[in-house]
Amino acid sequence: MTGERAVRAALWLYVLAVFAFILAPIATSFVVSFNVDRFPTLPLGGFSLRWYEDMMGDPTVLPAFRNTIIAGVTVAVISTFLGFTAAYTDYRYRFFGKSVYLALALLPPTIPVIILGLAMLIFLSRVSLFGQLHSVIIAHVVICLPFAMALIRLRLSQMDPSLEAAAWNLGAGEWRTMRGVILPFTMPAILSALFITMAVSFDEYAIAWFVSGFSETLPVRILAMLQGRVSPRINAIGSIVFTISITLVILAQVILLLRLPSRGQTDDG
Amino acid sequence: MDSFLSLKGIEKRFGAYVAVHDINLDIAQGEFVAIMGPSGCGKTTTLRIIAGLEQPSAGEIRMRGEPVTNRKPWERDSPLVWQSLALFPFLSVRKNVEFGLKMRRVPAAERRRRAMHWLERLGIAEFAERDVSQLSGGQRQRVALARALVTEPEILLLDEPLSALDAHLVVRMQAELTRLHRELGITFLYVTHSQSEAFAMASRVVIMNRGAIEQVGPAKQVYRQPASRFVAEFVGTNNILGGRVERVADGHAVVATPVGPLRAALRPEQRPAAGDPVHYVVSADSITLSAGANGEADNVVEATMVSEQFVGSVVTVYAETAGGEEFRVQASQNELAGIDLVPGGALHLTWRAESAYLLPSG
Repeated sequence: MTGERAVRAALWLYVLAVFAFILAPIATSFVVSFNVDRFPTLPLGGFSLRWYEDMMGDPTVLPAFRNTIIAGVTVAVISTFLGFTAAYTDYRYRFFGKSVYLALALLPPTIPVIILGLAMLIFLSRVSLFGQLHSVIIAHVVICLPFAMALIRLRLSQMDPSLEAAAWNLGAGEWRTMRGVILPFTMPAILSALFITMAVSFDEYAIAWFVSGFSETLPVRILAMLQGRVSPRINAIGSIVFTISITLVILAQVILLLRLPSRGQTDDG
Repeated sequence: MDSFLSLKGIEKRFGAYVAVHDINLDIAQGEFVAIMGPSGCGKTTTLRIIAGLEQPSAGEIRMRGEPVTNRKPWERDSPLVWQSLALFPFLSVRKNVEFGLKMRRVPAAERRRRAMHWLERLGIAEFAERDVSQLSGGQRQRVALARALVTEPEILLLDEPLSALDAHLVVRMQAELTRLHRELGITFLYVTHSQSEAFAMASRVVIMNRGAIEQVGPAKQVYRQPASRFVAEFVGTNNILGGRVERVADGHAVVATPVGPLRAALRPEQRPAAGDPVHYVVSADSITLSAGANGEADNVVEATMVSEQFVGSVVTVYAETAGGEEFRVQASQNELAGIDLVPGGALHLTWRAESAYLLPSG
């Protein structure tokens, strides 16, 4: 009995240790961002919002932040839409070369980002789409789409295969079935995909660094600042970026796990 | 017969696989027809073809004389009660029932009224605003029925709708379906693998095997006069013996079988010749058991008892002849009261020639 309890306690400690190991650097950066001192030393010098104010004062940070938000939202919408259509095609149709289609659609995250970034840079500059915010958007859609597709595909695979045919049988044409059955059923995955893809775009810097030119996103800006000098402002920016990303990811998880209430999900018209 | 639904030469291929072929069936308005067969016999495919969910590879479907073969499923009015029920999990019970009306652009107030009417009629009005997942199996079944019937169709298709229910619920739902069918007067086409469901409800039974129809007829006729060896094996509990016709006289035939010569009455249309190979069929509930010789009988077979099996008041006795042929006999407890049933004990099996019949062999 006591042996069993000891094993349980040891396992808990192990899990806590793993989380501590993963989260400690982020937590440190978080704590230090509120520290008044220029350099992180123990004991801490005292609470201050100085570095946050300092960050706001940096003329390059706010535009980068704005770029990141615009890119994140646009990327989320486009890649979720494309991810849905790709997943639905896979769910609904059988066609020649389907496995190739699936492999291609899910391929981008397996390519090293440096190579993908370089390839994007070469390609986008050839077609004169380089160095703009939309370059970042295009590149990010490529890497985000597979995530959206995977999430929505998983949800569609949980759907009773008779559900769509049942709607047809009750007089719903293909578009009305899409609106009245497929979309409501996949909605949790769609919302989840929106948040996850937004988080991925928000965090991604390698490809953005290659293609963004002067339309820097926030991660690219942080990288540039790091290369110049180490300033505690980095901690402030990092804390904000981390908070936003983790919020998006948690939202996505919560939406996926929550059972949706039956009412209010579909239009009444 | 004035046919409401008519299938002519329906065939469905999936690549090289023939799912159904040469399906010819006429169903009158208001009939309750059951399509029965083992899994993979094509019964569900046939139903899906009627609903327009599968496009037949050949053949024609007419409803009220009008060809509907090429109509899309949503252009037809033949609601289906699904084996999985296929209720919409993201809609409340009432919204599920309203779905078909909404697709027909019925105004919201009337939709609600008609949906509530059906929910009341099926005794589940109190659950109208609940989630489908909060209902029991029997209640969900009623939601599926209400959803299909709310548009007041002329035909209702049912695909093994009771297969997921407990035995006692199945009996209750059967009574409910029979009542609904009588009250509504519409055509019910019911696919099932269960003979008890088919025989309990349907006025006509279609037996399918390997994608083709084996026999169509009233339940009793299919039960008492199977048209083929497959039907004889699939329906009821029959003893089937291979043999050759020995002689024919006075509407009776004597067949040489492994257990000796056996007599069977011939149907008017049957004219076998001596020497013809046949299947000799006698149903398990037509055989009388006795411990010793039991006076004169058309057919007497001596056997030893192997085992018995109780299903409620009916007992199935398994007996074996000296030559190793197995017989199944069904009798009530009362009928067996005077007989000492012990494995290995001697039994006399007797039956009348009129209880037995012949099927062509091969």
